[in-house]
Amino acid sequence: MDALILQTLNGLDKGSAYALIALGLTLIFGTLGVVNFAHGTLFMIGAFCAVTLQRLLSLSQVTIDPTKKDFLGNALKVKTPYIEAWFGKDAGAAIVNWSVPLSILLAIPVMLVVGFVMERGLIKHFYKRPHADQILVTFGLAIVLQEVIKYYFGANPIPTAAPTDFAGSIDFGVWMGFPPNDIIYPYWRMVYFLFSVVVIGAVFAFLQFTTFGMVVRAGMADRETVGLLGINIDRRFTIMFGIAAVVAGTAGAMYTPINSPAFTMGMNFLVLSFVVVVVGGMGSLPGAVLSGFLLGILESYASMNWIKDVIPGIDQIIIYVIAIIVLLTRPRGLMGRKGVMED
Amino acid sequence: MSKLELTRRGLLRTGAVAGAGLAMPTVFASRASAFTNEPKGGVVTLGFTIPLTGPYADEGNDELKAFQLAVKHLNGEGDGGMLSTFSSKTLTGAGILGKKVAFVSGDTQTKPDTARATAKSMIEKDGAVMISGCSSSAEAVALQSLCQEAGLIYMVGLSHSNDTTGKDKKRNGFRHFFNAYMSAAALAPVLKDMYGADRAAYHLTADYTWGWTQQASMQAATEAIGWKTVANVLTPLASTDFSSYIAPVLNSGADVLILNHYGANMVNSLTQAVQFGLKDKMVNGKQFQIVVPLISELMAKGAGPNIRDIPGSSNWNWKLQDAGTKAFVQSYGKEYGAPPSQAAQTCYAQVLLYADAVARAKSFNPCAVVEALEGYKFDGLGNGPTEYRAADHQCFKDCLVVKGKDKPDNEFDTLEIVQVTPTAQVTYAPDNKMFAGGDLGQCNPGA
Repeated sequence: MDALILQTLNGLDKGSAYALIALGLTLIFGTLGVVNFAHGTLFMIGAFCAVTLQRLLSLSQVTIDPTKKDFLGNALKVKTPYIEAWFGKDAGAAIVNWSVPLSILLAIPVMLVVGFVMERGLIKHFYKRPHADQILVTFGLAIVLQEVIKYYFGANPIPTAAPTDFAGSIDFGVWMGFPPNDIIYPYWRMVYFLFSVVVIGAVFAFLQFTTFGMVVRAGMADRETVGLLGINIDRRFTIMFGIAAVVAGTAGAMYTPINSPAFTMGMNFLVLSFVVVVVGGMGSLPGAVLSGFLLGILESYASMNWIKDVIPGIDQIIIYVIAIIVLLTRPRGLMGRKGVMED
Repeated sequence: MSKLELTRRGLLRTGAVAGAGLAMPTVFASRASAFTNEPKGGVVTLGFTIPLTGPYADEGNDELKAFQLAVKHLNGEGDGGMLSTFSSKTLTGAGILGKKVAFVSGDTQTKPDTARATAKSMIEKDGAVMISGCSSSAEAVALQSLCQEAGLIYMVGLSHSNDTTGKDKKRNGFRHFFNAYMSAAALAPVLKDMYGADRAAYHLTADYTWGWTQQASMQAATEAIGWKTVANVLTPLASTDFSSYIAPVLNSGADVLILNHYGANMVNSLTQAVQFGLKDKMVNGKQFQIVVPLISELMAKGAGPNIRDIPGSSNWNWKLQDAGTKAFVQSYGKEYGAPPSQAAQTCYAQVLLYADAVARAKSFNPCAVVEALEGYKFDGLGNGPTEYRAADHQCFKDCLVVKGKDKPDNEFDTLEIVQVTPTAQVTYAPDNKMFAGGDLGQCNPGA
């Protein structure tokens, strides 16, 4: 039982990442009708916003300490971050320590700009083109952006630590009446799950309770009619593209302590996220979220040893097996609407 | 006037001969020289296949630096590094056999098929006379096989699988780095002293040749000291999130986790194991322990504080105090501003050993080089007295048991040497069952 609870928790943080990426993908598909294969790259760019901020905050002045020697026997060069020199040792160290959560402040404007430039500069020219063209151009764009990141940050994963206050783990089992040390779960994964719940809730609230969101939802349902009412739906959809980029980017930034960012991380998530969207139902926001968490949890269950003993390798293919089953039994996905991608 | 008579039989025969000729790789078709890529003129080209991307990219980058430094020293540039401490005095900084040393390098992406394609291009297009480098045993096995077919010497880079000099050994391939069996033989007695004989181990293992042999070696060695093996779970090499593999460890009854992972794999799995509280856990009335059988300085740096107090083994460490190590650390440190890793040391040593073998054999012919290296005993390259055993082309030398340093003095002070394990303790018979099934075969000079 405790193993099952632990794998459920484990699936929630995986599912959080799937759901956040799939939510953005569905927003773009639902509003603009574009199949965006560059969406995983937006997740990766967000992660590198965290790396960039960490590096900026770690820029240091070098002083020589003649009392200590380096590995070559020379006087030791001591690096002191400028931020500590400016704000004092404790305050500076605290800012560096909290660089990952703070990177959201950098990721939001960066992702808005990236999203806006991507949509206005390239993707808008493909609105009326077949989905195959959209996939090709966005996939090409993803490769270009990936190589740009590789050029500037290198090919290796870059360790990015969570704040030390969240570096440990929580004894989750004690809360549920299990003996101590039975169900241990890292704090930051819990934080990530809560973060995803807040972001998903904010996106739904924005669409549900604001006039802007109401117009966007109307546009998603019937773009032409909204246009006939004199509303510039294209401008709103462009903003939604930016919002989807921000969702993916902040999700990437907060994910860095869980998995060290590398230029390949966007592609790693891309295929899985598309499966999540298809299983959830093309164009369905609740479907994307539900499917993200569901597949994350099932993937975790499939990695339990006794299941792998029965079906070896099931943890590697479970998501695709589920996708096949869902599409055979519910061709529109779990919550797909009639008419989406069926013309 | 002659008349061309075209018969069905003749057409078939001509077609078959022409087809066979076209199908033959160009590397096997070059028969003009005494051996493949016989150097002409004043330059000899070496080919370095290194993973600059993928899970072992850190090691690959360090290997490239070491190769560049070795070429520099062979050409008489820089401070000469370990040329001055090497027991053989054939290398004087005048290149190899008077020829200036040049090199080509390529990214293998930590993938055997890419490594093979990269090396093939170096052999066919760049005229490389020797291939060296790799950070994964899957690459090493692929490259060794290619070089055997093509008639080149392959000086293995960082490869730790028993198979490289076991079932996949080749006459044209030589490994300086130690292997999984040696790691386990050195580590097991130290683990018994540290954690006792009553332990239950859970293995997470990289799913390819190195992981398999590392796990088998560790299981055999730890069971020999009384430990039980609870489970062995294979993880794909490309994995980055190990949380779903680590979660089952918590309730498995194991009190030791053995991470048969390397490079970024190990950095991620160890970090996540620590995040899941394994280091602080009490199981069976004992403190839970994590063991990483093969540790490098680069991995320790990547893992940060998580590596502290975790035991493992190394082929070499820059803190050793022999003359060869000191010379290499000075040379490498001045060039790159950081101490060399064990990957760098083994690759540097391999280039010098190849160059020395050519100089002693007075020929670049691979068969002459093989003869010069088989059974060769040397010293001064950082590992103490060493022998290239003729029976399997494996170097036998002391190896190290290390552990993550508890209170590092600086950013490079990541590992401390627990014990220098003498060669005798890690030596095994050539027909040891963990190395069974292979055959060196005959030397192949190519042309």
